[in-house]
Amino acid sequence: MAAIAEPLAPAPARTSHGYWSGVAMRLTRDPVAMVALAIILAIVLAAIFAPLIAPAEPFRGSMIRRLKPIGFPGYPLGSDELGRDMLTRLIYGGRLSLFIGVTPVLCAFMIGASIGIFAGYLGGWINTLLMRIVDVFFAFPSVLLAIALSGALGAGILNSIVSLTIVFVPQIARVAESVTTQIRSRDYVEAARVSGAGAFTIVRVHVLGNVLGPIFVYATGLISVSMILASGLSFLGLGVKPPEAEWGLMLNTLRTAIYTQPMVAALPGMMIFLTSISFNLFSDGLRSAMEVKQ
Amino acid sequence: MLLYILRRILYVTPVALGVSVICFLLVHLAPGDPLTAVMPIDATAQQQAEMRQAYGFDRPLPVQYGIWLWKVLRGDLGHSIATGRPVLSEVSRAVGNSLILASVATLIGFTFGTFFGFVAGYFRDSPLDKAASALSVFGVSVPHYWLGIVMVIIFSAQLGWLPPTGAGPDGSGNWRPDAEHLRYIILPAVTMSVIPMGIIARTVRALVADILGQEFVQALRAKGLGEWGVFKHVVTNAAPTALAVMGLQLGYLLGGSILIETVFAWPGSGFLLNAAIFQRDLPLLQGTILVLAMFFVMLNLIVDVLQTVLDPRIQRA
Repeated sequence: MAAIAEPLAPAPARTSHGYWSGVAMRLTRDPVAMVALAIILAIVLAAIFAPLIAPAEPFRGSMIRRLKPIGFPGYPLGSDELGRDMLTRLIYGGRLSLFIGVTPVLCAFMIGASIGIFAGYLGGWINTLLMRIVDVFFAFPSVLLAIALSGALGAGILNSIVSLTIVFVPQIARVAESVTTQIRSRDYVEAARVSGAGAFTIVRVHVLGNVLGPIFVYATGLISVSMILASGLSFLGLGVKPPEAEWGLMLNTLRTAIYTQPMVAALPGMMIFLTSISFNLFSDGLRSAMEVKQ
Repeated sequence: MLLYILRRILYVTPVALGVSVICFLLVHLAPGDPLTAVMPIDATAQQQAEMRQAYGFDRPLPVQYGIWLWKVLRGDLGHSIATGRPVLSEVSRAVGNSLILASVATLIGFTFGTFFGFVAGYFRDSPLDKAASALSVFGVSVPHYWLGIVMVIIFSAQLGWLPPTGAGPDGSGNWRPDAEHLRYIILPAVTMSVIPMGIIARTVRALVADILGQEFVQALRAKGLGEWGVFKHVVTNAAPTALAVMGLQLGYLLGGSILIETVFAWPGSGFLLNAAIFQRDLPLLQGTILVLAMFFVMLNLIVDVLQTVLDPRIQRA
């Protein structure tokens, strides 16, 4: 019985730090995820430091320099239909586009995770009731629900954020609920309960640590969808209003220029695409880096 | 089996009721009164009260919901505030056009998606597989309204091959299946097909890879079945799930087509919804969304039932 004779190996002192540094290590070895992260960081930093790096003023136009092509002297990426510098507006546009795209996911993350963990931990009829309500929201395709809500609420940045939050809360709540339900029945949670730990302690110590990871990964993937939808609402005229710089709105106002300056007209959409695909690829990388343990 | 189907139908009822509640509340989410937008600006308080009473907006919400639901169940979705025409006739015309566009797009997406998925699943980690997964990431990450504009720039503005907007030579009239109208559906349908194409490719790839790794495939090969015979078995096993994904994608496209329909001025439900929103035509908005959401719920039900019929092993609770 070699197994008995062998001394028990001391349990490695695994802290959450160890797990996260492992994730970070795996992530840095994933070239696709790293490139995606670099693009995201570049876009975010450009948006934050827009006044420092933008070559011109975002709102100052010129009636005689409207719709200039890419590479026109003084306009590296051309000018828009009011003669404003495109490069400047694309840099500034990142501010609102990122804000209206990321905020709904953050809000939905907090609300949805709370609802899902609450429902999953309690179980029983409260869980059933909450999840049936969630099912009703799943009966709407996300785009339809987003447009319906912001259409009813009326145009505006705040309304578009509220609408998208409502769209994402059920999705995150469902993920949170299913993960919590799995964890709730694990032996160590049962052991904690038997040893007298209160519900709050169990959720804080055992459930949150295991549940937040998967929900976080899911939420980073949602940012991609959210960016497309938020800019889509602006594109329809339901989100950001002129003369603000926002990619979806810029794409809309430049639609008339597709015959004269097609490259310039396509630029704002290119930015939405670049941001969205970067978040998607980063989320994929994060998922595989984090799931190695499970 | 029959019991499962019955249970599934029974389960849809509360969801459908919930959907109707959300659609009903949409109108009441709007700031102010649904009537404010259409009332003359100099309407006196008394006129406003009369109008409100005439439309029943002075009653408590649950009562209003009951009355509204009763009407909806008898096919009365109210009248458009902007045009005065019955909402149902406006919506059914538009949904017809949307359904045509979404079906063509789903068909294109399904054809190419399954093809890429099969190739990728059979030749895993080959350049073809990489290309297929790049395609699926592209499909879910691209803002489709932008892709539509890019398609118009390339194929209409630059090459002049296809018309940029409308459903036919008469502008945004109804679409008809003839050669002239066919040219108008190509750009919006191809644009729209990119989303389901990516998702179906990803699903089929995973399915094929999974099936090929199972023991029964080894057994088939061991007993000397040719590659074509094995392929037929793979198709049979992948079909139920792939078809289910296709059905769901049709539903998503039907409800999510508003942005693409706006880009191409396609006379469908998305276009109607856009008009309803900007004219603050709340009954039209409510009716369109109710019809689209119910369509989605029913499609989900049909897909589930069909999947169970095709593959009795799948009986999701």
